[in-house]
Amino acid sequence: MRTTVALAAAAALLALTACGPSGGGAKQRGDLGGALTVFAAASLTETFTAIGEDFEEAHPGVEVAFSFAGSSSLAAQIDQGAPADVFAAAAPANMADAVDAGNAADPEAFARGRLVIAVPEGNPEAITGLADLTDPGLKVALCAEAVPCGAAALTALDAAGAALTPVTYEPDVKAALAKVTLGEVDAALVYRTDIAAAEGVEGVEFPESEAAVNEYSIAVLTDAPNPAAAEAFVSYVRSEAALDVLADAGFQAP
Amino acid sequence: MTVDPIARVRRPRGVPLALLVPALLGLAFMTLPMVGLLLRAPWRTMPRRLAEPEVLDALWLSAVTATAATGLCLLLGLPLAWLLARVEFRGRGLVRALVTVPLVLPPVVGGVALLLVFGRNGIVGSLLAETLGVTLPFSTAGVVLAMAFVSMPFLVIAVEGALRGADARYEEAAATLGAGRWTVFTHVTLPLVAPGIAAGAVLCWARALGEFGATITFAGNFPGRTQTMPLAVYLALETDLEAAIVLSVILLAVSVTVLACLRERWTAAP
Repeated sequence: MRTTVALAAAAALLALTACGPSGGGAKQRGDLGGALTVFAAASLTETFTAIGEDFEEAHPGVEVAFSFAGSSSLAAQIDQGAPADVFAAAAPANMADAVDAGNAADPEAFARGRLVIAVPEGNPEAITGLADLTDPGLKVALCAEAVPCGAAALTALDAAGAALTPVTYEPDVKAALAKVTLGEVDAALVYRTDIAAAEGVEGVEFPESEAAVNEYSIAVLTDAPNPAAAEAFVSYVRSEAALDVLADAGFQAP
Repeated sequence: MTVDPIARVRRPRGVPLALLVPALLGLAFMTLPMVGLLLRAPWRTMPRRLAEPEVLDALWLSAVTATAATGLCLLLGLPLAWLLARVEFRGRGLVRALVTVPLVLPPVVGGVALLLVFGRNGIVGSLLAETLGVTLPFSTAGVVLAMAFVSMPFLVIAVEGALRGADARYEEAAATLGAGRWTVFTHVTLPLVAPGIAAGAVLCWARALGEFGATITFAGNFPGRTQTMPLAVYLALETDLEAAIVLSVILLAVSVTVLACLRERWTAAP
């Protein structure tokens, strides 16, 4: 009995190791293949998942895996040697970090995002602009300053001259939005696109968001394990088809 | 065949290599990351960084909340451990299993669950808000609650173990001499298992100190109010790696100190 288990385990191990090379083995000339790891800003979760599926369809040999998180966190992970091929950041500052550290080169802008005020469906607190958020009776969630949505929120609040003390600085935009969805805060500053992707919330536009438009950029990483597929993915993101997906989700063209 | 006396000295009592090698690998695996942290630590700027108000705020908040959480765990966990160890009732196995759930539950899940119950719209939370005007999320009390939720099992399990190991005859003797159950508990049981309670409380405190997932989910992140040390490490990692390392070294130092306090108990274990 014991031997059978051991044999089965050994067979499973063999099968696993056999999978490794065959996954990358499809790399023939002109033919893309293998695994492609994309680190993308949390606000790109829905659009990039869809774009990734389209890309896989166009290149059947490639398997795209995403890691969505706050742009600053992703930049830090890349700097620590995370094995990623592509980095898509929500703000130029985070991309600049990666470029300055020698981890990426020649980033290209592919979309712009604007902030809105996320409120529960029906806008129960009747919020119409940033000034309403300074009401001390309201609970507001912002992103941490290190993440693009947090930096943009500060810029917008500065532009509006609104002194706002949030109850929490969330580590990424989806976490901030989740606090609204759960009803734990009355409002949060998130991207317009995050609203489109969520249920039970709606967005209130405000003029000062013009001052804090985020430019999304994408780049192939210097140490990309699969540079050919990475190049192809970056050009695909800037293709007409992908830009349509982004526009449908509420992003603006770069 | 004669046994080489030197080989006997090198491998006392003939520890088989098949066990010794993985054991040493395991030891290296567990200690190397800590060594790496210490090697990378910016020792020269350490005193200055330690004096930064954000660091002191996070450290102070962590110490206060972890202590409060341990207090809450003692208040609720001691009686629970006693119940599990001393009272026969139907479903005791189930209760014990429920108590240990937070041990295996990912803390983030614990945080979400806490939000659903103690959040503004939660079953208990909405009641608290209506009757007392108290809201727990995003407050220091929320941090304590999140910490207590994840660290309570450590206390209950440690104390229950101590109670089961304690000689029940002292309690029986006290009872035959006319002491009620409460008197027996306070005058015989508690002193008898005091070392076990202390060890459980220290473990509970250490777990609370390291709490991250449930805290950031339930209590959010606000400097000085809910930003404990682990949250500060996580956010510093994104902007200032050195600051993150400094904070990590502090947490490591605290953890090692806690272990040193427990050393006697652990090395004395049979």
